[in-house]
Amino acid sequence: MMNIHQPVYLEDKLEEVESSGKLAYRSQTLPTWCPGCGYFSIVEGVSKAMTDLGLNQKDTVCVSGIGCASRFPFFMNTFGFHSLHGRALPVATGIKVANDDLTVIVVGGDGDAFAIGGAHIPHAARRNIDITYILFDNGVYGLTKGQTSPTSIVGFKTTTTPYLNVDQPLNPLMMLLSYGASWVAQAYAGEPHHLTEMIEAAVAHRGFSYLHVLSPCVTFDKTSMTYKNLGMTVRPLPGDHDTSDFAAAMAAAQNTDLPQLGVYFAKERPTLADGLNEIAARAEATV
Amino acid sequence: MLKQVEGSVAVAEAIALCRPEVVCAYPITPQTHIVEGIGALVKTGELENCEFINVESEFAALSVAIGASAAGARAYTATASQGILFMAEAVYNAGGLGLPIVMTVGNRAIGAPINIWNDHTDAMAVKDAGWIQLFAETNQEAVDLHIQAFRLAEELSCPVMVCMDGFILTHAYERVDVPTQEEVDAFLPSYDPVQVLDPADPYSIGAMVGPEAFTEVRYLAHEKQLQALRLIPEIADVFKDVFGRESGGLVHPYRTEGAETIVVALGSVNGTIKEVVDAMRDGGAAVGSVSLCSFRPFPLTELGEALGDAKHVVVVEKSLAPGLGGVLASNVRMALRDSALPVYTVIAGLGGRPITMAALEEVLVAAAAGRLPDTQFLDIDHGVVEHDIIRARKTRRSGPTAENILKNLAAATAVAAGEGDTS
Ligand SMILES: Cc1ncc(C[n+]2csc(CCOP(=O)(O)OP(=O)(O)O)c2C)c(N)n1
Ligand code: SF4
Repeated sequence: MMNIHQPVYLEDKLEEVESSGKLAYRSQTLPTWCPGCGYFSIVEGVSKAMTDLGLNQKDTVCVSGIGCASRFPFFMNTFGFHSLHGRALPVATGIKVANDDLTVIVVGGDGDAFAIGGAHIPHAARRNIDITYILFDNGVYGLTKGQTSPTSIVGFKTTTTPYLNVDQPLNPLMMLLSYGASWVAQAYAGEPHHLTEMIEAAVAHRGFSYLHVLSPCVTFDKTSMTYKNLGMTVRPLPGDHDTSDFAAAMAAAQNTDLPQLGVYFAKERPTLADGLNEIAARAEATV
Repeated sequence: MLKQVEGSVAVAEAIALCRPEVVCAYPITPQTHIVEGIGALVKTGELENCEFINVESEFAALSVAIGASAAGARAYTATASQGILFMAEAVYNAGGLGLPIVMTVGNRAIGAPINIWNDHTDAMAVKDAGWIQLFAETNQEAVDLHIQAFRLAEELSCPVMVCMDGFILTHAYERVDVPTQEEVDAFLPSYDPVQVLDPADPYSIGAMVGPEAFTEVRYLAHEKQLQALRLIPEIADVFKDVFGRESGGLVHPYRTEGAETIVVALGSVNGTIKEVVDAMRDGGAAVGSVSLCSFRPFPLTELGEALGDAKHVVVVEKSLAPGLGGVLASNVRMALRDSALPVYTVIAGLGGRPITMAALEEVLVAAAAGRLPDTQFLDIDHGVVEHDIIRARKTRRSGPTAENILKNLAAATAVAAGEGDTS
């Protein structure tokens, strides 16, 4: 195992990073996130996954809503669309329906997804549109400077809940499973190698893939989803977890105290494009 | 009590003094400090008997306020910019139902392109939703207008939007006199709803009305605004009796006596305008200004009277109606429909661009000399505009405008700094 107490100097790594090819997926704009933000791992993971999958920048679109997480497309050297707060999924649906050849990666924060944009998730999932949704869950609204989000824990102290949050958090994994997402997984920004593996699998899946990434907001959360707390609690899904077993996935998703990382559920089923093609074929048959 | 305080915090304190029973919050810059301030007052117990609820969107925030108001509670929320657009359906709903909700708008531009800075596009987007719209000139007035807003809303049973310029007011620390609870209690009676969900007299709110009565219901919404024209000055007078200062009302004329050129504007820019008026008056120019406090209802008569003796009217406005020009200016023209007075539109301060005294003075001098075009964009860089028009003409697939302009500006800055390619 790597000795984490051994400092790693970026200079020493420069050659390795440059030769990896993953910088080709990064734009000239350096991320504007706070130093230490978990999101850095995700941008790194996506770049690495794209390199490994050999994706072409011009065939890839990153779509986001509004939030710290949603700045992501600026930092990628792919097509990008920075849409409205909560609207990333329908915009991505439009992009994918208009051009099925594109690889569409949707990114966004927990607020963007489950608060203001919550109404779109069930429909993108049940339609099984062939896109990848990477959800950056930091349990707080980062961009607006630290208010409760739908995934904040009870008792969380924020600027809008100085008296401590009383609202029960959502369970996104259970939601996505019950909405009919055909691929559901969880990763942690503090485990970048596993995160990259999950991103690769998510993009490779044909259908709606949902990757939930636990990612600390180092600026506005000092008590709840910190690297320390998550580092102590996250663990891999059991080796014998059956990804075709919906009930097992739901059961595993209930364990929010000890979040489990890995693929919860994966199932091939017709995508939205398949459905649209079928309609077209049927229409053709009638003429 | 006089204190040096951030505008948002002062407004939060004023709201607490009005004893709201339900406050719904959803963060959006530059409004967030207001609802955070109210949250802090809930924590310290200074705001009692109030349900403070963090909701999932602005649409939810106003919808919760609608439900709360219909159930007989004094309800409040605050928003800005994209938030107003997202709640637009509920804005019309509250207006149409005549529910006396008070909402602060921390005025901010609307995207695309994304911009968090101040202008009035957000308020203008919902100007005809049946709400009263008041614009604060200072943070003191923002505090005072909120206190007046609850009284106005509840007397008429009509929602009131209090607009205060994002950042310029919301984030500015100014000396503000925050009244005492006793003063506010003496001014603002407890809420006595006109319509309330009452089991003793059950009815359902939200009727479906066809052509047979729709016009009449809508007319009554208009009529309510006409009543507000009378009530707004009355309430400002009572306010002055209780609190000892002038705030609110329909229009604030400033040095208009003998003025040949008069500027009309909404909100905080009137502070800068007054400085310009003073400086120009010192130099012997006959200029004055009118700050419009009430935009809806629009005080056609009062504004017409205030402008009556002018030779030139210059409307400085922080919003743009593409395809028309000025929103405020077209309303001002309506107030001057019986006169041939020229009304110039000056679109200024869009997306937070500073409105400087020098630029305003130049405009006023040009107006006085009859040299101002009908519609002018203050401090616009025509070079940037032309460059983009030419660029876009060159190729069909010219790409997004905003991104191209930013790219060119960055390149120009780099060249200026001696970093870029100067070839
Ligand atoms: C309609 C609308 N309402 C509110 C906002 C303000 N706003 C911007 S980002 C955001 C929440 C961000 O939280 P999250 O989605 O969790 O992303 P993070 O910043 O934590 O990455 C809010 C409320 C907005 N941009 N648009
Ligand atoms: S505020 Fe939080 S989420 Fe946003 S960049 Fe900083 S650490 Fe990341």
